[in-house]
Amino acid sequence: MVRPETSKNSARAGEVWAVLDQVMDPEIPVVSVVDLGIVREVREEGGALDVIVTPTYTGCPATKQIEADIRQALDKAGFEEAGMQISLAPAWTTDWITPRGREQLKAFGIAPPEGKAGKRALFAGDANVTCPHCGSRDTEQISEFGSTACKSLWRCHSCREPFDYFKCI
Amino acid sequence: MSKVDALFETCLRLGDTALVMGQRLAEWSSKAPTVELDIALSNHALDMIGQAQLFLGYAGRVEGKGRDEEALAYHRQDFEFRNAMIAELPKGDFAFTVVRQFLFASFAEAFYERMLASTDADLAAIAGKAEKEMAYHMRHCGEWVVRLGDGTEESHQRAQAALDELWPYVHELFTTDDVDQAMIEKGILPDASTLKEEWLAHVKAVMARATLSLPEDDWMPSGGRTGQHTEHLAYLLAEMQVLPRTYPDAKW
Repeated sequence: MVRPETSKNSARAGEVWAVLDQVMDPEIPVVSVVDLGIVREVREEGGALDVIVTPTYTGCPATKQIEADIRQALDKAGFEEAGMQISLAPAWTTDWITPRGREQLKAFGIAPPEGKAGKRALFAGDANVTCPHCGSRDTEQISEFGSTACKSLWRCHSCREPFDYFKCI
Repeated sequence: MSKVDALFETCLRLGDTALVMGQRLAEWSSKAPTVELDIALSNHALDMIGQAQLFLGYAGRVEGKGRDEEALAYHRQDFEFRNAMIAELPKGDFAFTVVRQFLFASFAEAFYERMLASTDADLAAIAGKAEKEMAYHMRHCGEWVVRLGDGTEESHQRAQAALDELWPYVHELFTTDDVDQAMIEKGILPDASTLKEEWLAHVKAVMARATLSLPEDDWMPSGGRTGQHTEHLAYLLAEMQVLPRTYPDAKW
């Protein structure tokens, strides 16, 4: 698993990572906050532990819930003294979703992000998205926004099923 | 004006514009033309309000008088708001809302992209989040501008009317005053006035695809960024602020 910026992974920091591995995203309860790339770092300095988390979208309503869930999991595992810091920079990107996270998204029926998000080019969004149900590439976007800010709505021409796509940002 | 005052003022301008844009978008919740658009506009609103939270939260820390983003959003009056006036114009029809969001997002995306290099670490960090979101709004609303402009006779007419009505207000986004200059000199803020040419080229290209004609530059109202607003802002604030003002200690 990719764990960016893990500072000198001590045994305690390793335990914290293991605890965080069990904290699921409230909207996508099969993927952990670690696999979504929301947890950026577990820092240990002078015996003090700090968990660095980054929000996905600025207005994501799940952000507060995620922070509360992480706090609760840390407390329950005996890391009441561990601090939590919110870091905006570098800005979260879907590139930080781990390979395991991508597999879990797919198994949950959500197509993982593909390629890079378009900026100024109109009608040139994520052109080829693979259907998470049947694997077909013959799909089309129905709506730029799905059930949450991070997803758009697609349909598959092969199996005729609609699905959510995790947008690239 | 001290550096702290100028930075506080700058954060209010950025935060208030995002907040008022967000509040106008939120007025579409449950009222948009289709359920997909309802979700889209509500998501746009969430992005704008999220950005406002960050800017106003930082404004409160810069000011150092114990005001947080909630206090700044809910307990200031219209003349204390520093948003550009384009944000406060009533939401109008769907065409008006998407044309406004497109014009603003095209500006904001370019502005935040420059602000990534700000010498102020907090503003640079917020820009990193906001820039990605504004790029998405610009694309989504740009596609709708083309669909409406190059759509039916009625959608074309409505999109053109929206563009005509909004045009005078776009210029304020590119104005700079002493506060901006102080921030630009310190490398804290990009110079908005230098972005207009690039913005105009992009807008022109999209409007051409939308078969919409760019209005002539005529009157250019400004003053929102120093607290002089249209009559529309007070009504917006009355609705947005009624709950925290009526029940000051109410918790969600």
